[in-house]
Amino acid sequence: MTELAQNLIDGLGRGSIYALLALGVAVVFGVMHLLNFAHGELITVGGYVALWTLGAGWSWYIVTPLIVVSAVLTSLAIERVAFSRVRGSSDFTLLLTSFGVHFVISAIFLLYVSASVKPFDRPSWVTNTYSVGPLNIEVYDTVVIVVTVLTLIGTTLLLQRTMFGLSLRAAAADFDTARLMGVRSDTVIRGAFALSGLLAGIAGVFWLMRAGSISPSAGITPMLKGVLAALIGGLGSLRGAVIGGLVLGLAEVLLRSRLPDSVASLTEGVVFLLIALLFIFRPQGLVTVRHAERV
Amino acid sequence: MLKIDGLTARYGSIAALRNATLDVSSGEVVGLIGPNGAGKTTLLSAVAGLISPAEGRVTLEGDDITGHTPEKLLRSGVALVPEHRRIFADLTVEENLKIGGVTVAPAKRAELLDEMAERFEVLKEKWDVSAGYLSGGEAQQLAIARALMSAPRLLMMDEPSLGLAPVLVDLVFELIDTLRDQGRTLLVVEQNAARMLEVSDRAYVLRSGEVVASGTGAELSRRDDLFDTFVGSVVAPDDGQPVAGAPSPGGNGGGTA
Repeated sequence: MTELAQNLIDGLGRGSIYALLALGVAVVFGVMHLLNFAHGELITVGGYVALWTLGAGWSWYIVTPLIVVSAVLTSLAIERVAFSRVRGSSDFTLLLTSFGVHFVISAIFLLYVSASVKPFDRPSWVTNTYSVGPLNIEVYDTVVIVVTVLTLIGTTLLLQRTMFGLSLRAAAADFDTARLMGVRSDTVIRGAFALSGLLAGIAGVFWLMRAGSISPSAGITPMLKGVLAALIGGLGSLRGAVIGGLVLGLAEVLLRSRLPDSVASLTEGVVFLLIALLFIFRPQGLVTVRHAERV
Repeated sequence: MLKIDGLTARYGSIAALRNATLDVSSGEVVGLIGPNGAGKTTLLSAVAGLISPAEGRVTLEGDDITGHTPEKLLRSGVALVPEHRRIFADLTVEENLKIGGVTVAPAKRAELLDEMAERFEVLKEKWDVSAGYLSGGEAQQLAIARALMSAPRLLMMDEPSLGLAPVLVDLVFELIDTLRDQGRTLLVVEQNAARMLEVSDRAYVLRSGEVVASGTGAELSRRDDLFDTFVGSVVAPDDGQPVAGAPSPGGNGGGTA
């Protein structure tokens, strides 16, 4: 029982990061029908910002907002340079463009920085733990869960209480009609990319704190987790993205702890198998999206 | 107020609208009638910026608005109630109305929200309900109220009675009548020609992408040669007889072709 509770907390911590990544993927998908395989590059850029600024002796308290800001700016730059030019194109063109962006950003760091993995200092508290009864809880997991909850509350308020949020939701439901109402497509798409970057930046801070290193290909894993979680939840559904992230995180931690030691290294494979089974029986994901128009 | 001059729109190589010329004066309700495929929706879509016209010019009070994007057009004061209503099903009634007023200042938006709640009682009762749960008639009222939230100078409606039960069709035409009494300027595309002619100050008849006639409802109702344009849209579903007020063959000519 104690082990299960321990796993649930670990899983929620991991799932929270996936949820933030998936939410960013879902926000952009909602308004553009773009499954953004370059989403992980926002963390790669944040990672190099962390590498350089921590290397210059700056503290994590200063580096943290810089990572978030760099992710937002990178997200906006990607939209401006690449995706704004293929707006209205087929889903396949958008998908290929996102792959292109992913490879270009990786190549830039590979060519002009380094191909090797570069370590940086992690905050000292990341590995600290505290006890609650029989449970041994990581400070890191607690911070991740609290920040994720606060971020989700903030995102919900933004989407429910502001005209920008309302415009974003309307555009995700039916972009053409939203434009007929006077919603500016540029504003809503750039806003979606900025929000997506913000969420990736917050997730990236925690991802990088745990990883303690960066490489040109570092964005691939978080991108895969974010896209998978968004797919599990039901692509286009913001609520589904959060649920998908938590489910994915919990599944990974629970499977890793339950599988025999001899096959524990196959956890990722088993998770993918379970996801494949989910899509056989529920191809639309956990949450059904009524409609999503593309621009 | 609105002048459409020689408007031509194509889908690929097919000209769905050819050299259409018409005008709408301030405070007027103008109907655009014709059979399926006549080019009515194409004309509205071209004016609303949903498709780019191949030729021609559209002006609003002298300002050229040809090819404006829907966002820009709305800010110029032209709102469209689209075909099939296209309300946002997952948003509440209030949220649908708010998004309709996205272009107006917050204070004005709040004022318009109060006005819509007062004018459309059925919407007020379902203020916090997801729009997907509204009936067809309620959804049409919401679509019209949402368009009015932008405080438009010209309101265009595309097939407002399409797919509605007869009692709800009555409601929609009563609403158009009310809007006319309030001095609103309306351009309405409608297949139900007889009912449209009843509430229009003037109407244009489209057939095969061309404007073939125009005039007041009374004038157009007397046109023998237009009967085939109207038939089908005004025949009562139960007894096959033309409904009251429908144009009939053998009437007197009138209007301008």
